[in-house]
Amino acid sequence: MTPNVENLEDLAAHIESRMPDAVRSTQIRVGELTVLAERDHILSLLRFLRDDQQCNFETLIDICGVDYPERNERFEVVYHLLSMRMNHRIRIRIRTDEETAVPSSVAVWPAANWFEREAFDMYGIQFSDHPDLRRILTDYGFEGFPLRKDFPLTGHYEVRFDDLEKRVVYEPVKLTQEYRNFDFLSPWEGMTAELPGDEKAGGGN
Amino acid sequence: MADTAHIIDEEDRKFTLNFGPQHPAAHGVLRMIMDLDGEVVTRIDSHIGLLHRGTEKLLEYKTYLQGMPYFDRLDYCSPMNQEHAWCLAIEKLLGVQVPRRASLIRVLYSELGRIMSHLLNVGTGVMDVGALTPITWCFEEREKLCVFYERASGSRMHAAYFRPGGVHQDLPQRLIDDIAVWCEQFPGKLDQIESLVTENRIFKQRNVDIGMVDQRTIMEWGFSGVMVRGSGLAWDLRRAQPYECYSELDFKIPVGKHGDNYDRYVCRMEEMRESTKIMQQCIELLSKEGPGPVLMAGSKLSPPRRAEMKNSMEALIHHFKLYTEGFHVPEGECYAAVEAPKGEFGVYLVADGTNRPYRAKIRAPGYPHLQAMDHLCKGHMLADVSAVLGTLDIVFGEIDR
Repeated sequence: MTPNVENLEDLAAHIESRMPDAVRSTQIRVGELTVLAERDHILSLLRFLRDDQQCNFETLIDICGVDYPERNERFEVVYHLLSMRMNHRIRIRIRTDEETAVPSSVAVWPAANWFEREAFDMYGIQFSDHPDLRRILTDYGFEGFPLRKDFPLTGHYEVRFDDLEKRVVYEPVKLTQEYRNFDFLSPWEGMTAELPGDEKAGGGN
Repeated sequence: MADTAHIIDEEDRKFTLNFGPQHPAAHGVLRMIMDLDGEVVTRIDSHIGLLHRGTEKLLEYKTYLQGMPYFDRLDYCSPMNQEHAWCLAIEKLLGVQVPRRASLIRVLYSELGRIMSHLLNVGTGVMDVGALTPITWCFEEREKLCVFYERASGSRMHAAYFRPGGVHQDLPQRLIDDIAVWCEQFPGKLDQIESLVTENRIFKQRNVDIGMVDQRTIMEWGFSGVMVRGSGLAWDLRRAQPYECYSELDFKIPVGKHGDNYDRYVCRMEEMRESTKIMQQCIELLSKEGPGPVLMAGSKLSPPRRAEMKNSMEALIHHFKLYTEGFHVPEGECYAAVEAPKGEFGVYLVADGTNRPYRAKIRAPGYPHLQAMDHLCKGHMLADVSAVLGTLDIVFGEIDR
C-alpha cells in the first residue's frame, strides 16, 4: 500500500480551506491523513466530507473511542472514512469527556448506529440525538464501561450455573490466584532496533 | 364461516417472534426480535454480544506477539486472514518490509483461508434453504485445507502462523507440492457442487431477488467485500489498495449484477476459482524463487535460531527478551485493512511506544453487515430472513469480539 502523500497533502489543504471552523489541524503519518476536528462542528464536517466532489468519503468504515484518563477531555472519538470512488481514506478525531455528548452521525450514515452504541457501551461516551443508544456488546444489565483504562481486566462479576438453584447466578469475581501482571519494561530502552553498544561497533570513530 | 372474520382483523396478524440465540440458522449466537405482520417482517432488532470476550481489552494487556493469537479466534472460518491485518498494522508502524518468501506464503495462505471461509458459507447457506448434500461436499474439501493449515502451523484452526515480520516457519517443499496437487483438482469439485446448486430451481426460487443490495445501501451501511461486489461494484482491497505481492499477481474480481442473494452466491463460487489461480501463481513463484528467509533475519522482531542460542549469549538474551518483554512499537496510530473473505477487516492500532498496544480497535466486516439486517429484511417473508442471513456471511467471533 503506497498512498500518494502529495495527494493527501492537497486533500488536507482542501478540507482545511473549506471547513476552517471545524478543522483544528491536520497531519499525515505513515501515509495516513488524520484530521483533528472540533466536536461541535463534527456533523457539518462529516457531511462535507461525504458530499464534496474532491473528498467523496461515502463509506463509514468505523467509529471508535479511545480513553486517555489523564486528559481533561478524556475520550477521543475516532472516525474512519473511505472513498471507494477516489480510493482514499481519512481519519477524524474529536475529543469529549464523560458528560459532554457528541452529535450523533446516524443522520449522515445509518451505519453509525451500532458503532456509536458500541462506543457508548465500552466507554460511556454520550451521543446526542442517537435514535437508540442502548448497550450492545455487553451482558443484559451490565454496569460500568469495560474499555475504560480504570476498569479492571478481570471485571467485577462472574457468572456460573448454580446446580442447586437451577439458574445462572452472578457473583463478585473471586480469583484463586491474584491476576498476574508482569511488568517487563526494563529501565533500559528495552527491545529497540539497536542494542546498546552497537553504535560503537558500526561507527568506527 | 362468519366465525373466522376476526382472524383477518388487522390487529391479530401482528406479533413478535424471538429468534435464537440458539438456532441452527443463526450461524452462531444471534438473537433477533422480529416484528411480524402475518408472515411479513416489519422490524428486526438484533441482539448481539452473546459471544463477547473482550478481545480489545485483552489486547491492551498483552504484548504485540501475545495478542496475535486472539485474531485467530475472531473469524474462526479463516483465521490467518485476521492475523494478517494485525501483522500489517504492526509492520506499518514499525516501517518494516517482510521478506519476499514470507510475503508469498502469506498470500498463499490468505487465499487458502478465503476458500475455507467461502466453502463454509456456501455450504451452510445452501443448507439454510434446504439442500443438505452440498455442505458435505464443501466440508470434504475444507477438511483438506485444514490439514494444510495443520502442516504449516501445527494447528487446524488457531494457527498463530503469521508473525510481525513474516511467518513463523518455512513451508516444506512437499507441502507446497501437495497444495499444488489440491489446486489441480479443486475446480472440478467446485463444478460438482455447482451442478447441484447453481441451476437448481428451488435454490433459485429461494434466492433470486431476495435481499437486494443497491449502491445506496452499500454506501449508507458501510458494506464491503462480497456484499459490494455482488451488486456490481468491482471494489476489492487486493486490487484497489494492494498489500503484500497482490499487485503482481493476475486475478479477476468477479462482480454480480443484481445484488441479490443469488448473485452473492455466484460471486463466492467464482472467487474461489480466482483464489485457486492466485494460489497456483504463488506456488509457482515459491518454487521458482527458491528458499529464503521467512522472518526478517537479524531483526528484533524474530527469534534467533536455536543453534545460534547454544553459542551466543546475545542471542539467548534476545530470545528471552523477545518472548517476555516483546518488541516495542514506536508511538503513533495507524489503520491497516485486508480483504478478508467477509469484507474489509481492519485494525486501528494506537501505540504509545511500549511493548503493548494502547488501543486496538478491530473493525469486523460482519458488524455493519448484520446491522443492516433490519434494512434488508423489511418487507420480506419470514422464511427469507435465514436466507439473507446466510449470504451476509456473518461469524459471531468477529462481530462480538
